[in-house]
Amino acid sequence: MADSVRDKVIAIIAEQAVLEPGDVAPEATLEDLGIDSLGLVESIFAIEEAFDIQVPFNANEPEASEFDISSVAAIIAAVEALVAEQKGA
Amino acid sequence: MRRVVITGQGTINALGHDVPQTLEAMREGRCGIAELELRDLDRLSVRIGGQVKNYDPEALFNRQQIALYDRFTQFTLIAAHQALDASGLTFAGELSVRSGVVLGTAGGGVNTWDENYRTVYEEGKNRVHPFVVPKLMNNAAASHVSMEWNLKGPSFSVATACASSNHAMGLAFQLIRGGAADVMVTGGSEAMLSFGGVKAWEGLRVMSKDACRPFSANRNGMVQGEGAAVFIFEEYEHAKKRGADILAEVVGFAMTSDAADIVMPSKQGAARTISGALKDARLNPSDVCYINAHGTGTAANDKVECAAVADAFGHHADDLMISSTKSMHGHLIGGTGAVELLACIMALRDGIIAPTIGYEEPDPECALDVVPNVAREARVEACLSNAFAFGGFNAVIALRRAP
Repeated sequence: MADSVRDKVIAIIAEQAVLEPGDVAPEATLEDLGIDSLGLVESIFAIEEAFDIQVPFNANEPEASEFDISSVAAIIAAVEALVAEQKGA
Repeated sequence: MRRVVITGQGTINALGHDVPQTLEAMREGRCGIAELELRDLDRLSVRIGGQVKNYDPEALFNRQQIALYDRFTQFTLIAAHQALDASGLTFAGELSVRSGVVLGTAGGGVNTWDENYRTVYEEGKNRVHPFVVPKLMNNAAASHVSMEWNLKGPSFSVATACASSNHAMGLAFQLIRGGAADVMVTGGSEAMLSFGGVKAWEGLRVMSKDACRPFSANRNGMVQGEGAAVFIFEEYEHAKKRGADILAEVVGFAMTSDAADIVMPSKQGAARTISGALKDARLNPSDVCYINAHGTGTAANDKVECAAVADAFGHHADDLMISSTKSMHGHLIGGTGAVELLACIMALRDGIIAPTIGYEEPDPECALDVVPNVAREARVEACLSNAFAFGGFNAVIALRRAP
């Protein structure tokens, strides 16, 4: 399960960044990958659709959100937590 | 040069069903934002808005009218009625030909789209009411105003998202100043608080779930509103000759495009528009005591707008007052500039500056006098009303005290 979450999230971010999944490093930030605020909102939408979860995120206060977007690895961990919480996995 | 004055105003919005109620709420810093009353609310994550409450269209319009009037058209006609009654104008002969109507709306008949999509997609019906198209079209409200009051001059609707009303009023001003019309009915309207209308905004993740707190460090997004405001713009000599009650003078307008980003505002674009409006109005920056801000309550808008005001006004930015009444009536999208012009006229006429309510924490990036929470008295010679739309279209209007 964990691996598939990781692969799917990386695939979503790679598509948004127009990169190959292999070029999306876990320590990279969205800024490093050239993803702007609209790209971020679109990525979150894609994540919600892919995992059928609700991601708590308000673009006005990204730091205040429980959803950590500080790096690719942080996003993967946050999605894993939300999947576990909302899908009871 | 031909001068343009305002000789009538009308409104319906979350703060009141007419101008006196709305201005009283603005003076008292009352909030019109509350829990939404609409179908399928439990499927929305954003559940607040500046909704027009205690509203009964059946008491105001007959069945045939309701078949043709979307909610945004109803709001427009209610506001137009008040404005035209106050102006004392009637339109016949030459005046009818020399008078028109320009109104802003971003979405037009959103409720009509919503209801009829439900009919065909959700309920699976294969037939809709024959008037769906004339009911939902963006120019429906302007057309019904033209028919109701016999306005045969230049008439159209403007859709530039959150700047629609300011563009409409700016164009009405230019049409009179340029000689193409003597009287223009202008302003705007929006009725986007339907399930689909709120759901669409929810998707962008810029909406607040609790309150609109413009310029406050803890602001967390915008809140939608609905309603309309309509004004009578009239050539000054024409108004003077008939002894009209002049509310204020429209002295300048500027519009620009950022040509940059589909949602992010631009400091340069906003500053260029503010300076352009001052130049068009032949005002010095120091003449302006009040600005009705675009002030949406989003992180991005409010800091960019404050930086633009600081750029355009230099040192004088610290002396002027800037408030966002969206904190009270919500963001009326295409109708917002019209409702906000009421606050500008109140500042000029009554010397009362509407506050920015919900203000809780100073933000160093919004370090201007935002008239926090409580209205203030001041003599205002001239003021501006800002609108900066998604898509990078900016429109700023300059008003002056009645001559």
